[in-house]
Amino acid sequence: MSEILTKSRARNVFYGGSIFFVVVFVALTAQSHRHIVDKATAGMPLTEEVRLGKHVWERNSCINCHTLHGEGAYFAPEVGNVMTRWGVLDDPELAYEMLDGWMQAQPSGIEGRRQMPHFEITEEEMRALAEFLRWADQTDTQNWPPNDAG
Amino acid sequence: MKYQSQKVAYAYFLVAMALFGIQVLGGLLLGWIYVSPNTLSEALPFNIVRMIHTNALIVWLLLGFFGAAYYLVPEESEREIFSVKLAYIQLAILVVGTLGAVGSYLVGIHGGREFLEQPLWVKFGILVAAVIFLANVSLTFLAGRKTAITNILMMGLWLLCLLWVFAFINPDNLSLDKMYWWMVVHLWVEATWELVMAAILGFLMLKLTGVDREVIEKWLYVIVATALFSGILGTGHHFYWIGTPGYWQWIGSVFSTFEVVPFFAMMSFAFVMVWKGRKNHPNKAALLWSLGSSTVAFFGAGVWGFLHTLHGVNFYTHGTQITAAHGHLAFYGAYVALNLAMFTYAMPVLRNRAPYNQVLNMASFWLMTGGMAFMTFTLTFAGTIQTHMQRIVGDYYMDVQDQLGLFYLMRFGSGVAVVLGALLFIYSMLVVRREVVQPGPVAVPGE
Ligand code: HEM
Ligand code: HEM
Ligand SMILES: [Fe+2]
Repeated sequence: MSEILTKSRARNVFYGGSIFFVVVFVALTAQSHRHIVDKATAGMPLTEEVRLGKHVWERNSCINCHTLHGEGAYFAPEVGNVMTRWGVLDDPELAYEMLDGWMQAQPSGIEGRRQMPHFEITEEEMRALAEFLRWADQTDTQNWPPNDAG
Repeated sequence: MKYQSQKVAYAYFLVAMALFGIQVLGGLLLGWIYVSPNTLSEALPFNIVRMIHTNALIVWLLLGFFGAAYYLVPEESEREIFSVKLAYIQLAILVVGTLGAVGSYLVGIHGGREFLEQPLWVKFGILVAAVIFLANVSLTFLAGRKTAITNILMMGLWLLCLLWVFAFINPDNLSLDKMYWWMVVHLWVEATWELVMAAILGFLMLKLTGVDREVIEKWLYVIVATALFSGILGTGHHFYWIGTPGYWQWIGSVFSTFEVVPFFAMMSFAFVMVWKGRKNHPNKAALLWSLGSSTVAFFGAGVWGFLHTLHGVNFYTHGTQITAAHGHLAFYGAYVALNLAMFTYAMPVLRNRAPYNQVLNMASFWLMTGGMAFMTFTLTFAGTIQTHMQRIVGDYYMDVQDQLGLFYLMRFGSGVAVVLGALLFIYSMLVVRREVVQPGPVAVPGE
């Protein structure tokens, strides 16, 4: 085996093969990019409000307690489908009211229960956050999560 | 030390060990918040501590890699580093950036993409440091002897620095954001860092076992070929449920299954080299860490990775404590233990003394490795119950978590062992100045 597989052959297979897989990966990524924009997230327009909502989500580092589409921290519930869980996916006004009510009630202060912090969020931002979560919830995630519990 | 400029590695290793301490103390606090959730809940909430824990991890591992490169590139290239001054400037930028990031997290200024929360100016600082680093080692490398070890190391370092560009790309479309986020996260730990790992492991084997370079280098090319052939398309195992097309379920499942191969190969490589080696190197602790790293990496990345990588399984386990179990053992085996192997090997040389305190160092290996293994088991049990109750039965998240307290308590206990192990490691590296346990007489053949 050492006759056939010399060091320089091994090196050339490594370089050549890697370039091949990079090319395939880049092509599939480009295709996936289009799929996301044209199909998977096309259910609701990506408005200025949704963009602002994403910014609010990031500014408060929600991802370091919650998962969103199953990614993030595992300390608090999944929020990619929270609007479905609350039954307000199709009602922006109710979605805002539910979210606002929830956020205002934090931290619960209940002894022995995980605490969600209080965040400084204006009404405009809170509406945007609700829209962002509704927008995320309509993404085609190949039917994940398995049920509304998230 | 053959070349004076290798000494810069010392400063990198010191800063790395300090951050390692901060990282595990942060982890311990997180583990405690799981047990007693009201702890510091207003002053220092979970999400802030978690950013410090994960960011400190990544930065210290990178510092360790940079230090390792400054140590081994001169030795392999057979010449001094291009510029020692640049190496220290690079370190200074990274230290300022790290302190700046931690400071701003504490006052609530941060981004919101997991692991990439650094404020923009820190991200730029890291970019500048990366450019300085690449220039410095590349000029050294190009002017000197080229070996497979430095070839692979340089390729890994260049590619991982290039991928940092994706840290600046944050599309407004959440699904696009997620897809490009993985270009840093997955293509770091399951592609480019593996190249760095293979190169450092190869170097350690060369030094510790004395096996012929030709044999080691051929192995290395085979290992890194299997790493990239599987790991690049293996990214698909993160593209199952985030809005990406359905075909990733098959591509991701198949290719990420093959990701087990390079980790198995690295483990086999380490054991075969020790078996073949004729050298009786006095630094037994470095050998233990090298073998331990490749073995635990095989279990953490290979076995625990495969556990949840098939899309039919991942549909249920995605984003549960199973993920946390895997993340911990994989990072620990592949990158923490590897760095500690390098420190253990290089520190005595850098401090110009014999490799003593082997026993304390080896005890820290077992304490840390035992702790991480136990943590992985408890989280795997917690995650299995969580998966069943939440994903199959459909109970609500918080109700399920209330049932898992015992596992979180045991996780905290294992965290204590890890912290003690880490402190013992640092102590054995820096403080003790004489042999604590006297070795017996040498060269008595066994029965
Ligand atoms: C004292 C020991 C440690 C304890 C108690 C601990 C605890 C934790 C906790 C509670 C989390 C947050 C999990 C969640 O979001 O619910 C976490 C995250 C994390 N820790 Fe640790 N940790 C420790 C040591 C380490 C070490 C040594 C490493 C590296 C090998 C590490 C790597 C990570 C990573 C990568 C994450 C993010 C995991 C993910 O997103 O899946 N931790 N840790
Ligand atoms: C040393 C190499 C590796 C490291 C450091 C590592 C680390 C991690 C971390 C930290 C995460 C959580 C990311 C997040 O926060 O969402 C993760 C996720 C994952 N890893 Fe790895 N990993 C490694 C290798 C592997 C391998 C070889 C496989 C497959 C065989 C694998 C399969 C997975 C899968 C399927 C997930 C997604 C889990 C989920 O759906 O929640 N990993 N890995
Ligand atoms: Fe991955």
